[in-house]
Amino acid sequence: MSAVLFVLLLSWLSLTAYALLAGADFGAGTWDLLAGSARGGRARRGLIEHVIGPVWEANHVWLIFVLVLLWTSFPPAFSAIASTLWVPLTLAALGIIGRGSAFAFRKTVTATWQQAAFGATFALSSVATPFFLGTAAGAIGAGRVPPGLAAGDTLRSWTSPVALLTGALAVAACSFLAATYLCGDAERAGSPAEVGWFRLRALASGAVAGALAIAGLFVTHADARALFDGLAGRGLPLIAVSASAGVGALALVALRRYLLARVAAGLAVGAVVWGWGVAQYPHLLPGLDARQAAAVPTTLHAVVITSIIGVAVLVPSLVALLRLFQRPERPTA
Amino acid sequence: MLLAAADVAPRSQMGLSLGWHIVLACLGVGLPALVLFAEWRGLRTGDPVYRLLARRWARALGVLFAVGAVSGTILSFEMGVLWSGLMQRYGSVIGLPFTIEGFAFFIEAIFLGIYLYGWDRLAPRVHLLSGVPILVAGVLSAFFVVTANAWMNSPQGFVLRHGKVLSTDPWRAIFNKATWPETTHMILSAFMVTGFLVASVYGVAMLRGREDDYHRRGLRIALALGAICAPLQVVVGDWAARYVAADQPAKLAAMEGLYDSGTHQPLAIGGVYIGHHLVGALHVPDGLSLLLRLKPDGYVQGLSAVPANDRPPVAIVHFSFDTMVGIGFGLLALAAWFGWAHWRHGDLPRTRWFLRAVAISGAAATVAMEAGWMVTEVGRQPWVVWHLLRTSTAVNPAQHLSDGLPVLVVVYVLLTILLIAVLRRMTRSTPVPAAPQEADADEYAVV
Repeated sequence: MSAVLFVLLLSWLSLTAYALLAGADFGAGTWDLLAGSARGGRARRGLIEHVIGPVWEANHVWLIFVLVLLWTSFPPAFSAIASTLWVPLTLAALGIIGRGSAFAFRKTVTATWQQAAFGATFALSSVATPFFLGTAAGAIGAGRVPPGLAAGDTLRSWTSPVALLTGALAVAACSFLAATYLCGDAERAGSPAEVGWFRLRALASGAVAGALAIAGLFVTHADARALFDGLAGRGLPLIAVSASAGVGALALVALRRYLLARVAAGLAVGAVVWGWGVAQYPHLLPGLDARQAAAVPTTLHAVVITSIIGVAVLVPSLVALLRLFQRPERPTA
Repeated sequence: MLLAAADVAPRSQMGLSLGWHIVLACLGVGLPALVLFAEWRGLRTGDPVYRLLARRWARALGVLFAVGAVSGTILSFEMGVLWSGLMQRYGSVIGLPFTIEGFAFFIEAIFLGIYLYGWDRLAPRVHLLSGVPILVAGVLSAFFVVTANAWMNSPQGFVLRHGKVLSTDPWRAIFNKATWPETTHMILSAFMVTGFLVASVYGVAMLRGREDDYHRRGLRIALALGAICAPLQVVVGDWAARYVAADQPAKLAAMEGLYDSGTHQPLAIGGVYIGHHLVGALHVPDGLSLLLRLKPDGYVQGLSAVPANDRPPVAIVHFSFDTMVGIGFGLLALAAWFGWAHWRHGDLPRTRWFLRAVAISGAAATVAMEAGWMVTEVGRQPWVVWHLLRTSTAVNPAQHLSDGLPVLVVVYVLLTILLIAVLRRMTRSTPVPAAPQEADADEYAVV
């Protein structure tokens, strides 16, 4: 395998990990927003805090990898994307600051109004961040980010129908992932009322995500024909996988098989990410393919070597973290 | 002037985001050392005071690390959003240290999760060990990030043709001439900022009458960290200045407010740089020549040797440099006072003036660290990559880019107020008992 392809796969794997792990953390924030009154939603918010507390910082690092891999290995693509999409990317970065800080602050205060204020910030930025990142992804996918510095329209690029719909889809997909994961977490924590609450939300948000995805195909057909052709062509098997995994996940949630539902939900979302990648491969931006955008081989080789060593250290550490917190004897929230 | 004006807003935005984040980054590097030391002493002695100190510091670390993690992320965005010209041309040269830093930060985040949330789930010895990777990865993160900045001062490890990178040697880029003095200077200052900041919290508490064992010990551990680093920093600072003199003479001339080149150069302390002259400065005859060249007639280059449009803004660089050095020596004096009292009667100095000095040392160390970054960043202007790429060319040409600055100012002001309020609340909502018992340590929730 060429170094270009290796680094491209690595970036896409990081993006997938970010979508499935951090995406669920953002989705949990959406449910925190909709969890009900301060009193009524206390147990629900406690469960959310309990589940994402130990892992969200680690999950967040995948985004850093996406950015850094992109700018090291494909500098012309990174600089074009960041300069044209500076508005949604800055807003997403502010959302990340708001989410992380408010989440950390909420744990330290006890007065209800303070918890509510930090909680609202946490929850609203949990919705805003995936939305703006989604619009940025939609702008790239729809070919609205040409190569060059700020060569695209800094406003219309990410407010096109495809981009806005991708933003909404990102929010829905994150919510669906989170609700599905939280069903299992609530079950393990032994709170049947919460299981029921999240189960209903998983079904609803899954249906919304599915509807948005179908609507997305029509909008893409009208607004971004090249992407549509890619999705309907080379990307079709992955779109089919996503659709059937999504339906499967909904069925598994309905049947209360939450562990399997998790896998299916992850597959449904992950397949969309890969469908997008396959649909536009080898083009990163219009008129700029991966080989043209790639850094010189010495840089790519250094990235490959570093990543192999890094992953070798990372994987056992991550396993240790997850094993510590996936034990069944954790206290109920 | 028009070109300079175009990059003022993005430079200010980057300066604000970096200058804000770096305080938390310092604590992220230094605080694990304090927590681990207290936990280790608690494990060895079984003393509840150490055990409670470790837990309370760890709780603060959890909040500070979270805010540091997200305030660091915006910098990754800003590298492209603000400096797309820099990344377009040199992303492939300076990307590697950020990739390595990414892994180091990942390890830090994972083990912090294990350390904080595993406090009561792991065996005590295993728990202590699980904290070690946080410290190691934190220092490594700082090292690799600063190598990227060192590269901007001393760019190497690539071949250019027609302004495009033709080939790279990323490892040579990481280990450039500025790397060792700059990274050592920064990592030491991270420990100093942490040590003096934490000590100042206890200094204030003791001034308010909390002179119990818990507060005295908290002050001593933290101040010891700062006091050990302060003299080392003087030596490393000298090393860094020699590097600047050798590699970036224009920056050194700005630091010293020196316009004319020549031998027998005096050391200028204080003063304001107006019209090629330092007004009101104290001049030590031959001082600069002696410091840099080790002989009174040593030659030192002035700003006049550089074309006017290649000179950095002098007044702010000289002022920042004097601020950093002045505070550095003040902290050294405080460290000496603390060390002398410890050596003479094994205790803290008994005057309230000592506590007052400790109380302001944290803010002072932070100001010195920020001033140091002003020196190196403003002193590198008008270049973003020394002698290769101008800052004005590196900036994202998108319209309205400067509109981001006021939004960020509001966000950071709010964040600062809230962070301080939350940290104060954490102390007050569960006050430290006058004589902590076993149960006080066990019942204090880290997360």
